[in-house]
Amino acid sequence: MHARAALATALVAGRTSIPVLRSAPPLTLRQTGPHSVHLISTAAGPLGGDRLELDLDVAPGTTLELGSVASTLVLPGPGESRTLITARVGAGATLRFTPEPTVLAAGCAHRIEVGLTLASDARVLWREEIVFGRYGEQPGRCHARFDATLDGRPLLRQEFTVGTPALDTSPAVYGDARCVGTTLIAGPVPLAEAVVADGVAVLPLAGPATLVSALALDAVALRTRLEWGESTASRGRPAGPV
Amino acid sequence: MSADHDDHHHAPDGHGRALRLGVGGPVGSGKTALVAALCRTLGPTLQLGVVTNDIYTTEDADFLRKAGVLDEDRILAVETGCCPHTAIRDDIAANLDAVETLENRFGPLHLVIVESGGDNLTATFSRGLADKQIFVLDVSGGDKVPRKGGPGVTTADLLVINKTDLAPLVGADLDVMAKDSAAVRGDRPVLFTSIRQDPTAAAVAAWVRDQVQSWLHQHH
Amino acid sequence: MNAAILLLTDSRLPAGGHAHSGGVEQAVTSGAVHDVPSLGSFLRGRLHTTGAVATALAAASCAFASGTADGPWAWDGLDAEVDARTASPAQRAASRVQGRLLLRVARRLWPSPVLEELAGAVPSPHHPLALGAAAHAAGAAPEDAALAAAYHAISGPATAAVRLLGLDPVAVHRLLADLSRELPTAPGERDLPPSAAPWADLPAHSAPALDVLAERHALAQVRLFVS
Ligand SMILES: Nc1nc2c(ncn2[C@@H]2O[C@H](COP(=O)(O)OP(=O)(O)OP(=O)(O)O)[C@@H](O)[C@H]2O)c(=O)[nH]1
Ligand SMILES: [Mg+2]
Repeated sequence: MHARAALATALVAGRTSIPVLRSAPPLTLRQTGPHSVHLISTAAGPLGGDRLELDLDVAPGTTLELGSVASTLVLPGPGESRTLITARVGAGATLRFTPEPTVLAAGCAHRIEVGLTLASDARVLWREEIVFGRYGEQPGRCHARFDATLDGRPLLRQEFTVGTPALDTSPAVYGDARCVGTTLIAGPVPLAEAVVADGVAVLPLAGPATLVSALALDAVALRTRLEWGESTASRGRPAGPV
Repeated sequence: MSADHDDHHHAPDGHGRALRLGVGGPVGSGKTALVAALCRTLGPTLQLGVVTNDIYTTEDADFLRKAGVLDEDRILAVETGCCPHTAIRDDIAANLDAVETLENRFGPLHLVIVESGGDNLTATFSRGLADKQIFVLDVSGGDKVPRKGGPGVTTADLLVINKTDLAPLVGADLDVMAKDSAAVRGDRPVLFTSIRQDPTAAAVAAWVRDQVQSWLHQHH
Repeated sequence: MNAAILLLTDSRLPAGGHAHSGGVEQAVTSGAVHDVPSLGSFLRGRLHTTGAVATALAAASCAFASGTADGPWAWDGLDAEVDARTASPAQRAASRVQGRLLLRVARRLWPSPVLEELAGAVPSPHHPLALGAAAHAAGAAPEDAALAAAYHAISGPATAAVRLLGLDPVAVHRLLADLSRELPTAPGERDLPPSAAPWADLPAHSAPALDVLAERHALAQVRLFVS
């Protein structure tokens, strides 16, 4: 299956409107508020061989919040499955991307590619969570690549690979964690220095952005750690105990 | 350190830069006490910087900063990765970098003192790092130490035997120490001090002042 | 392989490397690395994540130094590519210190315009940049620089672990010998891309556990190694 969904905002009379909201099953987009949209999965998967594309265009001065109603379960199939997300966030625009986690079922072979193109004063919160298999399950393989540029300069480039046990369990990589997640927060935050707590680091990047990076045994703990890191970044100091 | 750090690599011949003085010696012999004394005595007339090489913490640097003998920005601490002698002898890069950072920030300086982490009798400074070096022993190890020699005792430009106030308590014979030192050092100088009793370390400071003067004369 | 690369990979090269543990000291403190097998796992993870990034960027730097990558790119652009791949500020700082110290040594060993150019453009370059440029100045090729960077990613941490845990140094060298089969023979996973986008596509493997270790280490009151 090959699906291409797209969403674009526009500034109309000083307000955000969403003139383009093009679903492509299984990627179904539903507007759930004045500037919020949810992804609703209308089929299982992605399955091996699927190629799902989502393009977001957040126009200058507009706001978009994008979530999903359920986690994505990546299943095996003939060949590799791919999810490609591209997003352009214009000057003075705000994007909050907080979908539910991607769960790698046994035997899957998945690729995630995210390309974020930010204007210099865009504000973005972009969260990604990958869960290594359902409960008690060995995960399939996944390769995720994330590239964010700000004003044409590289801001964050990172790759995660899952599914090679000798690397996954390395104390340098994921250790005994079963999920990994990051939140990129672009735009000014008051945090000047890195903060660490159990399984989570809040990292000021070289460019004007902060990365929350977390590891956990399960998806609930992962979300708690990421949210703790997100609020630490926005307060500029540790947000209490994790 | 950030990307906008200035490019400040010095010519290796020493032209136009401060005298670099290494202060080495075994653990607890009084190196930091001596560095503090030198800062106290020379600070009013010379432009100084200090680099410390603690083994485990930044205790020496913290002590010097608290002692208030020198503006605290002029004291830099270098970590030595378990090997204090490597950092002053075999791989001096981090120490050189610290010395040059001080010269670059506060220069021109007259004297930069590098205190090594406390180590054993074989630890000496590379000539690529220190132009002159002082080796500090104390009497509490007994009067046999100078006799044992080792590159620190034999080759340092100045041997300081500290804590003479403790000599009667530990039964160390200063005459024996003086004689043994002379035997292994030839006419290289030896000074006895008690920094407890003379917190200015007057005799050592006078020697250092002479070294700085002749250095500046030759290299400026 | 060019013989000069042996000098760049020798742990006795006086470029400050001995004071960096690459996260091992903190991993030892936390108990995650405590014996030869756990060290082996640590090193393998390091090699294939941050090591792979350093490898690719060092090769890119060497190629850029040799003038084969033409286009509107400059040293600060390549340096920014390393920044973007190094989320942890403590790791960025450690990389820049080691880069600066290596560049200092290289300028005396292999004086050349390209090293002066790098020092002028980025006085404290990331370590892979310094390594790649030094390799070129020494007469080596990008593949050599890649190999040196990959080896650097594991040899320093291995030595640190020997010192910190008192491990049998031969057992630890056995780990290195085994891992040496996984060292790259070509720069990065992919070949250096053509001039269209020379650096954007280079590997960017993250090691989230290393990020946490690096930041904890930077905050530690008591430590033996810089990083
Ligand atoms: N009695 C006496 N104590 C001294 C004298 N000089 C230093 N001390 C004391 O000896 C102890 C060690 O002195 P430091 O100056 O810290 O010695 P150090 O050589 O720098 O030690 P490390 O850096 O740990 O190797 C301190 O408690 C000093 O107060 C002295 O002349 N007499
Ligand atoms: Mg001391």
